[in-house]
Amino acid sequence: MRYLPLTPEDRAEMLATIGAKTVDEFFTDVPEAARLGSTIEGLPDHQGELAVERHMSNLAAKNRSASSGPFFVGAGAYKRHVPATVDMVIQRSEFLTTYTPYQPEIAQGTLQTLFEFQTQVAAMTAMDVANASMYDGSTACAEAAIMATRVTRRKKVILSGGLHPHYAAATKMVCEAQGFEVFQLPATVDGENALADAVDDQTACVIGQSPNIFGTVTDLSKSADAAHEKGALLVSVFTEAVSLGLVTPPGEMGADIAVGEGQSIGNGLNFGGPYVGLFACTQKLVRQMPGRLCGETVDADGNRGFVLTLSTREQHIRRDKATSNICTNSGLCALAFTAHMTLLGGKGLEQLALLNHEAACDLADALEAVPGVEILTPRFFNEFAFRTPMDAEAVLAMLDEAGVVGGVRASRLFPDGHMGDVIICAATECTTPEDIAAYAAALKEII
Amino acid sequence: MRLSQKNYAIDLGLFPLGSCTMKHNPRLNEKLARLPGFADIHPLQPQATVQGALELIDELATWLKTLTGMPAVAMSPKAGAHGEFCGMMAIRQALVARGEAETRKRVLVPASAHGTNPATAVQCGFIVDEIKANARGRVDMDELKAKLEMSDDIAGIMLTNPNTCGLFETDIKEIADLIHAAGGYFYCDGANFNAIVGRVRPGDLGVDAMHINLHKTFSTPHGGGGPGSGPTVLSDALAPYAPVPFVVKDEDGVFRLVEDMEGDASESFGRMVAFHGQMGMFVRALTYMLSHGADGLKQASEDAVLNANYIQARLKSVMTPAFDGYCMHEALFSDAFTADGIETIDIAKSLIDEGYHPMTMYFPLVVHGAMLIEPTESESKAELDRFCDSLEAIARRAAQGDETMKGAPYLAPMRRLDETQAARKPVLKWTPPETSSVAAE
Ligand SMILES: Cc1ncc(COP(=O)(O)O)c(C=O)c1O
Repeated sequence: MRYLPLTPEDRAEMLATIGAKTVDEFFTDVPEAARLGSTIEGLPDHQGELAVERHMSNLAAKNRSASSGPFFVGAGAYKRHVPATVDMVIQRSEFLTTYTPYQPEIAQGTLQTLFEFQTQVAAMTAMDVANASMYDGSTACAEAAIMATRVTRRKKVILSGGLHPHYAAATKMVCEAQGFEVFQLPATVDGENALADAVDDQTACVIGQSPNIFGTVTDLSKSADAAHEKGALLVSVFTEAVSLGLVTPPGEMGADIAVGEGQSIGNGLNFGGPYVGLFACTQKLVRQMPGRLCGETVDADGNRGFVLTLSTREQHIRRDKATSNICTNSGLCALAFTAHMTLLGGKGLEQLALLNHEAACDLADALEAVPGVEILTPRFFNEFAFRTPMDAEAVLAMLDEAGVVGGVRASRLFPDGHMGDVIICAATECTTPEDIAAYAAALKEII
Repeated sequence: MRLSQKNYAIDLGLFPLGSCTMKHNPRLNEKLARLPGFADIHPLQPQATVQGALELIDELATWLKTLTGMPAVAMSPKAGAHGEFCGMMAIRQALVARGEAETRKRVLVPASAHGTNPATAVQCGFIVDEIKANARGRVDMDELKAKLEMSDDIAGIMLTNPNTCGLFETDIKEIADLIHAAGGYFYCDGANFNAIVGRVRPGDLGVDAMHINLHKTFSTPHGGGGPGSGPTVLSDALAPYAPVPFVVKDEDGVFRLVEDMEGDASESFGRMVAFHGQMGMFVRALTYMLSHGADGLKQASEDAVLNANYIQARLKSVMTPAFDGYCMHEALFSDAFTADGIETIDIAKSLIDEGYHPMTMYFPLVVHGAMLIEPTESESKAELDRFCDSLEAIARRAAQGDETMKGAPYLAPMRRLDETQAARKPVLKWTPPETSSVAAE
C-alpha cells in the first residue's frame, strides 16, 4: 500500500510489544452499533500513481486555463506571472512540510521569512505593523471590522458600495453574528465619498476600498478625517496588492487598519484559494490584532533570532477572550509573496504596477473605440467597468465562443438586477497587445 | 535556500506534534495541484469553462460525506478554525429559524478543547461554559447532566473526538442524545479524524457538524503554518443553513455553483469568504484519497493508532502516561516522572538535540506538563524504535534531574530563544539603518 511503511511483520511485532492481539482492541471504546465492517462502502480501493494522474488530468482538461488565450477576469484575483524561483522556493521540503514555528530553534527559516513578510507588507501599505497573514483578503476584512468594534467599543460598521461584494458579505455575516450593526452603502462606481457622510458617533469603522470593485482609484483621506472626527476608524481595503506600487498606500490616506488580498504577488489563481490575507495597522492597535506575529529577539548566546510573539492575543492562550479564532493561516502563500517581493524590490513593484496600468489603459482605449461601449470607471489602476448595449452575460458567452474570457459580469457580484449590462475587466503584465486586439475585435462583432 | 536549512520538516524526520497530524506529504499531490487546469483558473471565469474544477469539488465532497456518513458538506472554510466557525454559524442559523437564537446562547466546551473551540463559539455570539474531564480523560457525564438539567439555554456542545487527550469519547452517543434532548446541537471537532477513518462514521454517532482538516488527515502540507482547508460536514438538521457557495449537479450532468442566497440556498447563513474555498488543497486531498483508496485510508488510520500505542507501550515504564488504557492515534504523558526543576519544555528542547522535532507540549491543558506524541502512520517501526530510544534516554535524565537539559538545545541552528524579551519590546519588522524604503532585501 502506498505511503505506509509498516510491514505485516512489523505490525505483529508491535502488537506483541503492546500486548494486544489485533488492532481491534484499540477501538473498543467505539460504540458497538457504530463500528464499521471490514470495508468502506461506496468508495474505490487504492490506485497507482499513473491511474490517479490520469483521472486528475482528465478533470483538469475540462477547465480552460487563464494562459490558454486572451484573459481579462479580475475582481479580486489576478492572472500574473510568477517567477520560477518563487515556486522552487516554496517547494523546498523544509518550508513546505513543516508546521507553525512553535519551536523557534529549528524554525528560523520560516520565522525569518515571516519577519520579512511583515516588513514588506508594512512598508507597502505604509502602516506601522503587519501580521503574519490571514486566510485571504475577505476574511482579513471581516477581522478588521471586528477589531474596530473592539477598539472603539462601538457596534456599527459602515461598508462602502465599492467594497468587493464577497468581502462585504463575509464581513456582514461575522459582524451580525456578534450583534453588530452593518450599514451597507449602495453600489456605485465612484462612491467612496459617501462614506464620509455616513459616519456618526456610533460608528466603529468605515470600510472603503481603493482601487474599488469597479477599479476606481479613490483617495480615502476624506473618509479617514470624517471617521477620526467621530472617533471611528478607517479600514482601507485593496484586492490587488500590485496596485500599491503606484497608488497612494492606505497609511498615507490615514487608515488605521489596512487589509487586502496578496494573491497577485507570488501566487497563482488556483480557482480562488489558497490565497494570502494581508493585515496591517497602526502601532497603537497592535495588541488588538488578530493572527500570528513574528518578532525579533536573541537566543541564550545573544544571537539575533525570531520567535512568534504577543501570543496572549491568540486562541491557544486566551481561548474565549482571544482577538480571533484563527490558527492555521496562509504561511506558504506568504512565503511565495515574500519570495516574489524580494525579487521585485520596491522599484520592481513600481515598474510592475506601471506595466499593469499601461496594459489597462491600452485595453480601455481599444474597448472604448468599439461603438456602444461606455467606460464607467473614471480613474483606474489595472481594472475598470464598462457598459455594453446588451446583456453582459450574453456578451461574455459570445466572447467566450470567440476564445476571449472577457471579464466578470457585474450582475454575478451584485445579483439585485441593477447592473445587467456592466462588465468588469482587468489587464496585467500577462496581457499582450494581441490579446487586447482580439478582445476589441470580438466585441465589435458582438455588439 | 540557507534559510530553509534552518528549518526542521517532516521530510527530514519524525515530527510527532500531537494534534497536528504531521504525516508524509506525497509529491504527486504537489505535481497535480500545479496542472494549469487547476492552478491557472480564475474563480470568477464562466462556469462552463471550469466544469472539471466543479466536478473535482463534487467528487471530493462525495468522499468526505461517505467517510463521515454525513449528508452534506460545506467546502469553503479555509482551515479547521474556519470550519468550526462554519458549523457553529449553521447551528446559530438553525436556532434563528427556530426563533431561539436569543434564548439559546450557551455552548458547552470541555476544558481539554483546543483554543479555537471557545474562541469560535464567542465569534458566533455564544457564551462558553466549560465542562471538566473525568479521571479517565473523557467528558465528566455527571457534570454534563447536571449542567443540562440546570439550564434551558443550551445551544450545543463542541466536543473533539477522538479528544485532545488522544482518547475516544466512550459515551459519545449518549452525549449526543442528551444534547439533542436538551434542544441543542452537537459540533464535533474533527481535527483527530485520522484515528478513525474507515472504523466509525461521525454521522452514526449523532454529530450535527464536524470540520475536517485536509491539512491533517488528508495530507495537504502544513507549509510552515498554512494554508489549510476545513470542509465541514453537516447533518440533515443543519444542511439547509450551509454557507454559499456550493456545487450542485443538475440533471443534465452540468455542475453549477450556487452563489446567491436564493433557491437551494434561501436558508443559508451567508458567505464566509470570497470565492469557493481552497481549490489547491482540494486537488491534493483528492489525489491522496484516490491513491490510498478506501482500503488504504482505513489501513492508514489503523497504523496511526498502532504506532501511537507502540510508543505508549515502549515509554510507559520511564514516563507517566496521562491515562490508563490504550490510546487512539496519539500518546499523552504528564510530567509526573520528572525530577524537581526539570520541566516539559526541557524534555522538548532536549529532543531537538537528538535530531527530532518535539512533541506538542503543555496541551491539552487538563494534564500537567502535557506531552502529546502523534507519530502518524508515516513512520516505520525502525524509526519509531530510534525515537523511543532517544526519548527514553531523555526521560531517564529528566527523572534524575540532569540540569544540563535546561540549556538545551545545544546542537540546533540557535540556542533557546528569549520569548519574554520579544513580547516586552516587540520588534515586528526590519527598520533600515538610515533611509526608509520598501524592504525587499
Ligand atoms: C483539536 C484541534 N482543533 C482545531 C484546530 C484548528 O485547526 P486549524 O489550525 O486548521 O484552524 C486544531 C489545530 O491545530 C486542533 O488541533
